Amino acid sequence: MAKPMEQYKWHELNVGCVIEEVGNALEYKTGDWRSSKPVWDEEKCTKCGLCWLFCPDAAIYQKDSGYYTANLDYCKGCGICAKECKPVAIMMVEEER
Amino acid sequence: MSIKKGIEVSIAVADAAKLARVEVVAAYPITPQTHIVEHLSEIVANGDLDAAYINVESEHSAMSACCGASATGARTFTSTSSQGMELMHEILFIASGMRLPIVMAAVNRALSSPLSIWGDHSDIMAARDTGWIMLFCENGQEVVDSTIMAFRIAEDRKVLLPVMVNLDGFSLSHVIEPIEMPTQEEVDKFLPPYDPLYTLHPDKPVTMGAYGMPELYTEAKYAQEMAIAQSKDTIIKVMDKFSKQFGRNYKPVETYNTDNTDTVFIALGSINENIKTAIDGLKEKGKELGLISLRLFRPFPEEELVSALKGKNKVAVIERVMPGGASNGPLFNEIASVVLRNGLNIQLENYILGLGGRDVVPEEFQRIFEILHSPKKKTQKKENNFQVIGVRS
Repeated sequence: MAKPMEQYKWHELNVGCVIEEVGNALEYKTGDWRSSKPVWDEEKCTKCGLCWLFCPDAAIYQKDSGYYTANLDYCKGCGICAKECKPVAIMMVEEER
Repeated sequence: MSIKKGIEVSIAVADAAKLARVEVVAAYPITPQTHIVEHLSEIVANGDLDAAYINVESEHSAMSACCGASATGARTFTSTSSQGMELMHEILFIASGMRLPIVMAAVNRALSSPLSIWGDHSDIMAARDTGWIMLFCENGQEVVDSTIMAFRIAEDRKVLLPVMVNLDGFSLSHVIEPIEMPTQEEVDKFLPPYDPLYTLHPDKPVTMGAYGMPELYTEAKYAQEMAIAQSKDTIIKVMDKFSKQFGRNYKPVETYNTDNTDTVFIALGSINENIKTAIDGLKEKGKELGLISLRLFRPFPEEELVSALKGKNKVAVIERVMPGGASNGPLFNEIASVVLRNGLNIQLENYILGLGGRDVVPEEFQRIFEILHSPKKKTQKKENNFQVIGVRS
């Protein structure tokens, strides 16, 4: 969005609230919903990419080294990656804020 | 030049949709809407209309498919009744919220239970606040004309809202009436092809129906409310344009014999023709009664109603639905708020009749006229705020 959503007046919204910008969900950072974050043990990780595949938010990405990590701006800490990881290389670590 | 011919109203509705060159129809059959969708299915299958007819497994799917089709920019039509309208209820809000100009022929029928396939206004009154524009019709000609006007209203850039054309089950849908069907050339002249503002298309992707956070939901719903409130100007313009081209006059609120009397009935739909017959009968006996017919129900035509009510002091609001625990019928309550807000000094009464297909003959309305004029027994405690006409007690 061109400006934060709480600044929009009713007549500034598109008809039917259609969003014309592609992929602007990126602007909405949902990482602060999280209570625990995934931590990878690169000793155990086989770089199979199952975590990347299963992440429902596309918050996991592959680093240049080939190992995976989570973008914490979007990771909601659901734990699906840790649950699906065959070599048990992902631990969910509780966070305190 | 178009000619008047005898035609079943349901068939005429389907033909009107064909004349409007609808591109997608998604519907599920339910009595008494069946003939409309059967005939449309036939028209499409015979290759007489270049449209996609989507067979669906329920009305919930029918309205969902209509939303999808309309979002791609197709002119979309459906029809339902009663339980079917209930089943599509949640999608009705989505169609209006997403501002999709779908047109629906709503063939008004009672709701279960008890199971009834017959006509009344229970279904439409349960859907009255779904954000759809709603037109009511008294006869087959009005249904045909309203269906054609509905597309023009719905698709106007200033409106972009779905429209329901209400016709009473059986007493309209299944009767053969003399109807003047406009020609294709005339309808093409009146109704330009739909030019959508946004479309779902991979070449120019957009998001429709996205999440509305608490920071935006109020503004989004307010914008929608303003759109339906302001749609009345366009509706009047479209009615005027239709009247000019086809010579049949339409207004949001119509009156009959209201100049001669301070007593009027207000009602919706096909019973208004019976009320007019009752009015003519009363006139022969030297008694004067008027009728205010709301052709437009949503947006509620307050201004027009107030001017029709000026100088009236006895008004009976006649409805074909039970209040379901409300203080009165839904139409009465709305009219009461209009009367109160505009400081009108009117004795307002509420009569309920014609439920689940029970016939209401003109004599019944003449009796209501007599009840309205009989002195009130103040000592007798009333059971309800409304009177149910013809209930055996």
